[in-house]
Amino acid sequence: MSLAGHYTYWVTIFLMIAGLYIVIARGNLVKKLIGLGIFQTSVYLLYIAPGKLIGGTAPILAATFNTYSNPLPHVLILTAIVVGVATLALGLAIVVRIREAYDSIEEDEILDKDSAGDEGQ
Amino acid sequence: MIPDAILLAALFVPVLGALAIAACDRWPDLREAATLITAAVLLLCVLSLLGPVLGGAEPQVTLIQMLPGIALSLRVEPLGMLFALVASALWVVNSLYSIGYMRANREAHQTRFYVCFALALACTMGIAFSANLLTLYLFYEALTLITYPLVTHHGDDEARRGGRLYLGYLLGTSIVFLLPAIVITWAVAGTLEFTAGGILGHGLSNAAIGGLLALYMFGIGKAALMPFHRWLPAAMVAPTPVSALLHAVAVVKAGVFSVVKVIVYVFGVERITGLASVDWLPFVSGFTIIAASIVALRSDNLKRRLAYSTVSQLSYIVFFAALLTPLSVVGAALHIAMHAVGKITLFFAAGAIYTAAHKTEVSQLDGIGRRMPWTMAAFAVGALSMIGLPPTAGFISKWFMLSGAMSSGKWAAVAIIAVSTLLNAGYFLPVVYRAYFRPAAGEAHGEAPRAMVFALLLTACATVALFFYPDVPLSLARRLTGG
Amino acid sequence: MIAENLPALQVVVPLLAAPLMVLVRRRTFAWLLAVAVSWTALAIALALAFKVREAGVISYAMGSWPPPWGIEYRVDALNSFVLVLVSLVASVVMPYARTSVAAELPRDQHYLFFSMLTLCLAGLLGIAITGDAFNLFVFLEISSLSAYVLVGLGRDRRALLAAYQYLVLGTIGATFYIIGVGLLYLMTGTLNIADLALRLRDVHEMRPVLAALAFITAGIGLKLALFPLHFWLPNAYTYAPSAVTAFLAASATKVSVYVLLRYYFLVFGIPLVFGRLPMAEVLIGLSVLAVVSASLVAVYQRDLKRLFAYSSVAQIGYITLGMGLANEPGLTGAVVHLFNHGITKGAIFMLLGGVSLRVGSTSLERIAGLGKTMPLTAFGIVIGGMSLIGIPGTAGFISKWYLILGAIAHGYWWLAALIVASSLIAVAYVWRFVEVAYFRAPAPAAAGLAEAPVSMLIPAWIMVAGCVYFGLDTGYTLDGARLAAQVLLSSVR
Repeated sequence: MSLAGHYTYWVTIFLMIAGLYIVIARGNLVKKLIGLGIFQTSVYLLYIAPGKLIGGTAPILAATFNTYSNPLPHVLILTAIVVGVATLALGLAIVVRIREAYDSIEEDEILDKDSAGDEGQ
Repeated sequence: MIPDAILLAALFVPVLGALAIAACDRWPDLREAATLITAAVLLLCVLSLLGPVLGGAEPQVTLIQMLPGIALSLRVEPLGMLFALVASALWVVNSLYSIGYMRANREAHQTRFYVCFALALACTMGIAFSANLLTLYLFYEALTLITYPLVTHHGDDEARRGGRLYLGYLLGTSIVFLLPAIVITWAVAGTLEFTAGGILGHGLSNAAIGGLLALYMFGIGKAALMPFHRWLPAAMVAPTPVSALLHAVAVVKAGVFSVVKVIVYVFGVERITGLASVDWLPFVSGFTIIAASIVALRSDNLKRRLAYSTVSQLSYIVFFAALLTPLSVVGAALHIAMHAVGKITLFFAAGAIYTAAHKTEVSQLDGIGRRMPWTMAAFAVGALSMIGLPPTAGFISKWFMLSGAMSSGKWAAVAIIAVSTLLNAGYFLPVVYRAYFRPAAGEAHGEAPRAMVFALLLTACATVALFFYPDVPLSLARRLTGG
Repeated sequence: MIAENLPALQVVVPLLAAPLMVLVRRRTFAWLLAVAVSWTALAIALALAFKVREAGVISYAMGSWPPPWGIEYRVDALNSFVLVLVSLVASVVMPYARTSVAAELPRDQHYLFFSMLTLCLAGLLGIAITGDAFNLFVFLEISSLSAYVLVGLGRDRRALLAAYQYLVLGTIGATFYIIGVGLLYLMTGTLNIADLALRLRDVHEMRPVLAALAFITAGIGLKLALFPLHFWLPNAYTYAPSAVTAFLAASATKVSVYVLLRYYFLVFGIPLVFGRLPMAEVLIGLSVLAVVSASLVAVYQRDLKRLFAYSSVAQIGYITLGMGLANEPGLTGAVVHLFNHGITKGAIFMLLGGVSLRVGSTSLERIAGLGKTMPLTAFGIVIGGMSLIGIPGTAGFISKWYLILGAIAHGYWWLAALIVASSLIAVAYVWRFVEVAYFRAPAPAAAGLAEAPVSMLIPAWIMVAGCVYFGLDTGYTLDGARLAAQVLLSSVR
């Protein structure tokens, strides 16, 4: 139960924080999405790492195998990956539309343009 | 069975009338006929309930189960009967007056005016006949909202400001104080039905009862207890018929009616007699009586003076209900009726003066008694009733109030009455004096339109008649205390 | 056959209809199908609610895999109530959407719009009906992804940015939720919600469980716009197409509240959430802040849609307040307010859709004299506003009554006082509308303005009538809410 023994968690937490930090700190809309992707990826690790036994195999009932990894997290994460891809695709599509409408993908510039538009009305 | 059906009719006749009035939007004559017919039918409904109620019956109708254990339901008891009778009878007269007033002053949006008026009466009937606190509260709030378009009828900035005060005070007090008071009552008593002898039982400490009473008394903002009285003068921006029927009769009386009802049927007179924690109420209402009279004394605007006089007279009712002696409670209940006829006469006169002479200030009324003899005669009768002199209705209720105070040795109350009577005389008699004994000035003009004069003479006669024949209101009021 | 599979059909019907619309690519077909689907969903939801009341909890094993291994659909008094709300709102909004969408979106996008709206409906129904924690996440994402698209379809280009923000925050919320579920899975080895509750008994003192509670609270809190996690909501509601705002405001946040209710009361349990952890204090504190601050912000808005969006944040505060009270009247108030606020806000936003169609804007300056130009619309908004204030005779009053009762039952007098005082702030923002609509003369440009189209007015007024009806006859709503509250409190252990 050493700190190093939990290194998968450390990696997970690092990715989580890093992803969130990018989402919050970056003004570029694409970079935010990348951060969001990293953040979601950390969750994949969170699920899969504990489900994996070193030396374990898929749960195939045969005499030669006696240690199995838990298959359920893998299946779940497959679903989560699909969701993540869909989110990323939709996010990028929206960014494309934003670029068409504002001619920029920097958050502060877009906000400036909107507030300028308000005063012009 | 039949009284129950009539009871339901009393609630729905004005609603149907409102629909009819709205449907006759294009034909003013038809529309006003609809108003008068509705008012007359309502009065008939209420009158036909009178016999059974005097005979001791309590017709009852349950409309709908609103919350588990609390239904929207109506029940006629003597006090509600009295209030409904006053409101519906005066609505007939007031409709006549409104037609004259609205036509003569060429007011806009007359259909909206009559529709809201009819709906306001429906709410008043709902309040008068409510069988429990929730029903009362529902119609109480509805009355506030439906009279808002009437108060802001002119739609200008002044009306909007008046409307804000009106709504702010009435909705504000009822939501912040009255609603929690009702919820607490429900939590403590497990019922909200109005029951003779009260429903609170002994679940609350004496101090808590005092607090609850405060929530009720200030929550019922329509009773205009100081410091929550400012909506009433603000509401005077409305056309005079509105001020007359709603802000001298229906709305304000709904307030004091609720006060009396809460004291008698929720707290129970016996339960709170002698509690130190409720002793503050006579002080607050006594203060309101005197303070409002002083403000009235100093107001030059006639309607404003009448409004503050109303504030003061309303507190009479609260004050004597709060004295908790049987006679004073009878007096308070009587005063609901007696003050109503007198005050509506005064407002009618004020509206007639505005219509005929376009005058709104007391200082402009020099010599007007010679140009508008009927109007000013009626005004004088109303003024006498406010002061409480015979032969007017005001004397009767004041008599009972005074006897109640004296029989229980509450000399402070007697003193308050004496002082306020002097003050009443102080702000009404100069008006009469000016009207008759000062030389007239300005353009010559005649009486107001005939419909208006007829209406105000009718209420003036009623003010006198009630002095000689107070039997019906008196027996209803006596029933309230089981006498 | 059909009767047995109702729980599955509840979700499957809209889920299959959505891609069908995309394949057929016909505007009218898509609309008709969407209406038919939403009405079917309502019929199924009502049938389920009836069955639950008759026979108790319905457990449906997806694909005949028995729980807790397979995915279980589980209908009880609580979520059947939510199912009825969501499908009811959908079945009123769908007919309404045709005219509204025709005015706000390019023609070639209409079938996509209805497809997305149906998909969103499927997702929301799925969240409510599923008994599996991970399945819930999938439905959460289905409904959210379609909601992002729907918000982004708004006419104003700011809708795009609103959709983007909504997407980022919504995804963070969903990911937080799935982290929480992951931690629970690590501790218990099950994803079935009912099973989770059983197994958590042995480990519920351990730190990962507490962490899971924190993650789920934050994640779902983002989705339901729990103060101070509400920043996405005003923009999303303001710039989304009218029909979308009406639908989302009435259903999406409500379903998220349901999820939080289920986790707090039926998974983690009252002793952990409200006994060991100070969640009652946290929830009540945040709710009070939400109610007061969001109402105050609403008073100062210049745009009606934004004004009522902030009012939504405040009203959600009332719901979480009842949740924090965690006693029967409080929870009854919270659950019934889900419904009552749902129809109230649905009505208001649908009417505002008519305003933006005719006036071209919902800003307060432009709607001067609305009482004259669009009397039915203006009056409907006033009635909706009264329900927000909680005037007796409207649905909002019923909720407020129970919330005050709940506060008093705890002896929180100050809270009861705050609830009623905050109603006054609602009076202030509703009356801003009233004064502008009725006391200002219409602008000269608005002279020829007509009332909203009948096809929009009728559905909107059905909702308005609901606001009044459910304030007077509370047989259905209150019974449902009380049963739901009893379910929530049944697990006290």
